[in-house]
Amino acid sequence: MSGARKRGRAPGILPGLVHGLVTTARTALRPSHTAEYPDVAPTLPPRSRGVIALLEENCTSCMLCARECPDWCIVIESHKETIPATTPGGRDRQRNVLDTFTIDFGLCMYCGICIEACPFDALFWSPQFEYAEYDLRDLLHDKERLRGWMPTVPPPPALDERSAPPAEVAAANRPARPAAGAAAGAGAGAPGRAGGAARPARGDGAERPVRGSGAERPVRPVRAPRARREEDS
Amino acid sequence: MTLTMSWLEIALRAVAVLAAFLSLPLLVGQTEHKLMAHMQGRLGPMYAGGYHGWAQLVADGAKFVQKEDVLPARADRRLYRLAPAIALIPYLVALALVPIHPGVAVIDVPASVVLFVVATGVGALGLLVAGWASANKYALIGALRAAAHLVAYELPIVLSIASVALAGGSLSLLTLTQRWQPHWLLWQLPGACVFLIAALAELQRPPFDAPVADAELVMGPWTEYGGLRFAFFLLAEYAGIVVLSLLFAALWLGGWHGPFSDQVGWVWTLLKGYAVAVVIIWVRVAWPRVRADQLQRLAWLVLVPLALAQLALTGVGVVMGW
Repeated sequence: MSGARKRGRAPGILPGLVHGLVTTARTALRPSHTAEYPDVAPTLPPRSRGVIALLEENCTSCMLCARECPDWCIVIESHKETIPATTPGGRDRQRNVLDTFTIDFGLCMYCGICIEACPFDALFWSPQFEYAEYDLRDLLHDKERLRGWMPTVPPPPALDERSAPPAEVAAANRPARPAAGAAAGAGAGAPGRAGGAARPARGDGAERPVRGSGAERPVRPVRAPRARREEDS
Repeated sequence: MTLTMSWLEIALRAVAVLAAFLSLPLLVGQTEHKLMAHMQGRLGPMYAGGYHGWAQLVADGAKFVQKEDVLPARADRRLYRLAPAIALIPYLVALALVPIHPGVAVIDVPASVVLFVVATGVGALGLLVAGWASANKYALIGALRAAAHLVAYELPIVLSIASVALAGGSLSLLTLTQRWQPHWLLWQLPGACVFLIAALAELQRPPFDAPVADAELVMGPWTEYGGLRFAFFLLAEYAGIVVLSLLFAALWLGGWHGPFSDQVGWVWTLLKGYAVAVVIIWVRVAWPRVRADQLQRLAWLVLVPLALAQLALTGVGVVMGW
């Protein structure tokens, strides 16, 4: 414990014995390291990979996640539905409707590739990890169960200071941006971002949870810049 | 003990010492659980009994009772069954001898010092018997180590106790504690150190637990034991800690001497004994095991000469009238 003593030179038997007593006594007076897990919830690191949550509304059944999954633990079934034209003489539109979205957590290796691959922000990491089962088959999480994890998904971390606005926000902002209307004071709820960069208008991204838009969300501690950039790109 | 004591009083005293015998070792054991855990950065038992695992040892006892009573095929059946009792009962006798309160020990005999030394010596024999009766090579090696222990460490214990007896001019533990003076703390200090070290060895507590060294001898003489008999051995170990801590408190730390000793003398005895027990636990956590030959070397080349020197010093002190 005392870093003063150099290793290699034996301190002699009596100082050694005293040293042992002092070390144990000092450890006894400090708080112990035991995590009282079932009684006290652990403090997980940010972006913990507990379980994958599905936001069904965002899913277009594009199957990218299922194809990218290294152990093929995602099963997706969908059918097409025709949406009649809203205007007379317009064209009917088709859209995919998700029937089945199942992740087999008995197979999943928590690589997160599906979440990275999803172009529509339908999959999210949730830090919840307490879904052990007595039966292996119960580790198949269907659409509803995956949806059920959504409330446990933490808000995305705040952007770095003076970072570029997220691509989605920038795209949404571009046509609406006036020539000289600096609206820097609008987003007072998100500290930590200095500079006069135009913020996304409120309510713009609220219907669809947009990954990486730090503006609408509570601010989380700033992470390592490199990891941050990877996630934003 | 006067023979005028009524049967009722005898029964009461017997029940009292039995109650202490069954509760104080558990207190020491629980302290060891918790203190050792915290010294290692852990919490120790937290569940049994609800509040910080206070009933852990009770739960352990309940577990031990339910276990199967295994008797090795080649074991000496009678001795094997007898060994836990040999280890346990002498400490019960010794506990009854320890002075607790001014003028109060459960058994007050004129030569209680001698009886005490004999009782604790017999208690250590329990391991020897257990190791021999188990018909197991690890148990036998452990038992032989225990025997070597016994021979080496009985002498320092006897000599250091004799020093106090010489200083107090009595062979009665009660009288010795009565005559204890604060300056004995310094005068009898070498003897006190010798006794504490030798008591650790006598109890086969770390760092002197070579007879039951679990890394090399499985569990030494306890290897073949399980269930209730093993629990009795454990109880004997912790009862031994209680007895020798209380004796150390009585002879070297003044026992009941302290403020308001007429009313709360027994509290002082118990507190001092508890402090000694904590030191014994602390030493176990902090220090590594001493090798069997180092152990003999320490006994014969350090402790015995030191105890003899203490005896000489005490003799000089008595003659000079300190």
